[in-house]
Amino acid sequence: MASKAVTALAGLLASREDKILAAWLSTLAGATADGRISRTEIETQARDFLRALRESMSGGDTSSTGSARLRDMLSSISRSRALLGFSPSETATFVFSLKLPLFEEIRAAHGSDGEALARDTWTLTELLDQLGLHTIEVFQKSREEIIQRQQDEISELSTPVVKLWNGILALPLIGTLDSARTQVVMENLLQSIVDNGAEIAIIDITGVPTVDTLVAQHLLKTVAAARLMGADCIVSGIRPQIAQTMVHLGVELNVVSKASLADAFALALTRIGRTVVPIRSGGSGQPRSTGAYPGALT
Amino acid sequence: MDRIPILKLGHSLLVTIQVDMHDRLAMALEEDLTQKIVSSGAKGVLIDISALEIVDSFIGRTLANIAGVSRMLDADTVVVGMRPAVAITLVELGLSLPGVRTALNAERGMALISRRVAEADRDGAADAPDVHGDE
Amino acid sequence: MSTVTSEVLAIRTGDDVVRVRQGVRTAASKAGLSLVDQTKIITAASELARNTLDYGGGGTARIELVQEPMRRGVRIIFEDQGPGIPDVEQALSDGFTTGRGLGLGLGGSKRLCNEFRIETEAGKGTRVTIARWR
Repeated sequence: MASKAVTALAGLLASREDKILAAWLSTLAGATADGRISRTEIETQARDFLRALRESMSGGDTSSTGSARLRDMLSSISRSRALLGFSPSETATFVFSLKLPLFEEIRAAHGSDGEALARDTWTLTELLDQLGLHTIEVFQKSREEIIQRQQDEISELSTPVVKLWNGILALPLIGTLDSARTQVVMENLLQSIVDNGAEIAIIDITGVPTVDTLVAQHLLKTVAAARLMGADCIVSGIRPQIAQTMVHLGVELNVVSKASLADAFALALTRIGRTVVPIRSGGSGQPRSTGAYPGALT
Repeated sequence: MDRIPILKLGHSLLVTIQVDMHDRLAMALEEDLTQKIVSSGAKGVLIDISALEIVDSFIGRTLANIAGVSRMLDADTVVVGMRPAVAITLVELGLSLPGVRTALNAERGMALISRRVAEADRDGAADAPDVHGDE
Repeated sequence: MSTVTSEVLAIRTGDDVVRVRQGVRTAASKAGLSLVDQTKIITAASELARNTLDYGGGGTARIELVQEPMRRGVRIIFEDQGPGIPDVEQALSDGFTTGRGLGLGLGGSKRLCNEFRIETEAGKGTRVTIARWR
């Protein structure tokens, strides 16, 4: 960036800051129309940005990409816009809309000096374009982070590890299992085994339409890993087709398996030395049919 | 050279591995434990590896060896506290330590050993008249 | 592709194997690998460092923290001037060993990494490159 132009622009910004800000804000007014961002917030951002721009230039920063502080400021603005649901062009407009007010000031300052006019305009365009691109880049990155976080959340939501009894966990799997998801699920299960001090984990695949070789291998590995940690796994709810596919694929799920989650739970209870017995009739409490509970008004 | 301390508690030997195991240390542990099982007449060996951040094939093999040797010397080895990440890695590596008994934590491991010792005592008592008729 | 940090460790004794593990752990956590992935790459490095020591007669491990536009991770390059591996395919199969191990070192390590490459020449030495990405 030509340092002469920078000095000229810095002077311009210093002397005409208020006027530039006012003109810029009026072009930015459209952005506040739908109320996603307040007018005061935009004003603060614009004022801070202009000040940072001026300081960067009067500080003699002659790089065409702007000072680190300027870019940091834009990054945070851009990130907050991404979170608020702005589009990339709406976000970049924040920077680009500063061009018009500044060009007008440059023109007013130089009058008929065509060379100076072209020089300053070019320098400013170059800088603002770079800053605009930076804005979009940060915006893009923020969106990707949001998507990644949502993916993580979904995969966690879709694989809850539930406690059935003291020492017994169940992992009801629902939907198609791909290799990546299976891995996350299995890691969660093993961690839950530690957290709950569970001796037995039931992996219920009733809700899984298909199991390919890779997924079957992950299942087997999980069972093996759980055993190394000192817990047993029971697989329940293998559909007939899945059982067939697996045998045809040559994968044998060499683990304890039960037809249903209920059967698996019964087995798990037996393993920890519990059993389910019917409550003796008339044994404890009053039968429900006697009507209202004590104290109720009739 | 450093050695991993072995504690005796009732009829069991207790080992807590708290350092990054290098191979010589693992080998020394195997030797020390073998000696100690014989000299103390222990019926169980509990190895707590909850502090270990990795178990590679060498450490894994050492654990399997200890389990094998102790079984021959009539003591049960229980490895407790393996971290999930370590377990996943070991399985991926192809090492599932088939002969090694495991438990979630030291408490469960001790319970496992006690139960086994109690069973052995009961069986031993029941068998005694047949095996050693003169007793 | 750019390497952010790089360090070379000598592998001459059993203690060096532990040092390689620690070096890889530091790099892996800096790269932001998940706990499971960290454990996998450290374990693989431990296996390969031991191979370098036992079969290669010692050598070096170069641990790199790698930053590429789309990914971040750890790469480790093991080099020795040992006898080399006559049959790489055989060496990679589970259960194959010429030494005192279980024969899981090479094949097992391969399963623990995203990238695995062996360059070897009889009488000249062996170079194994592994990497794990975030």
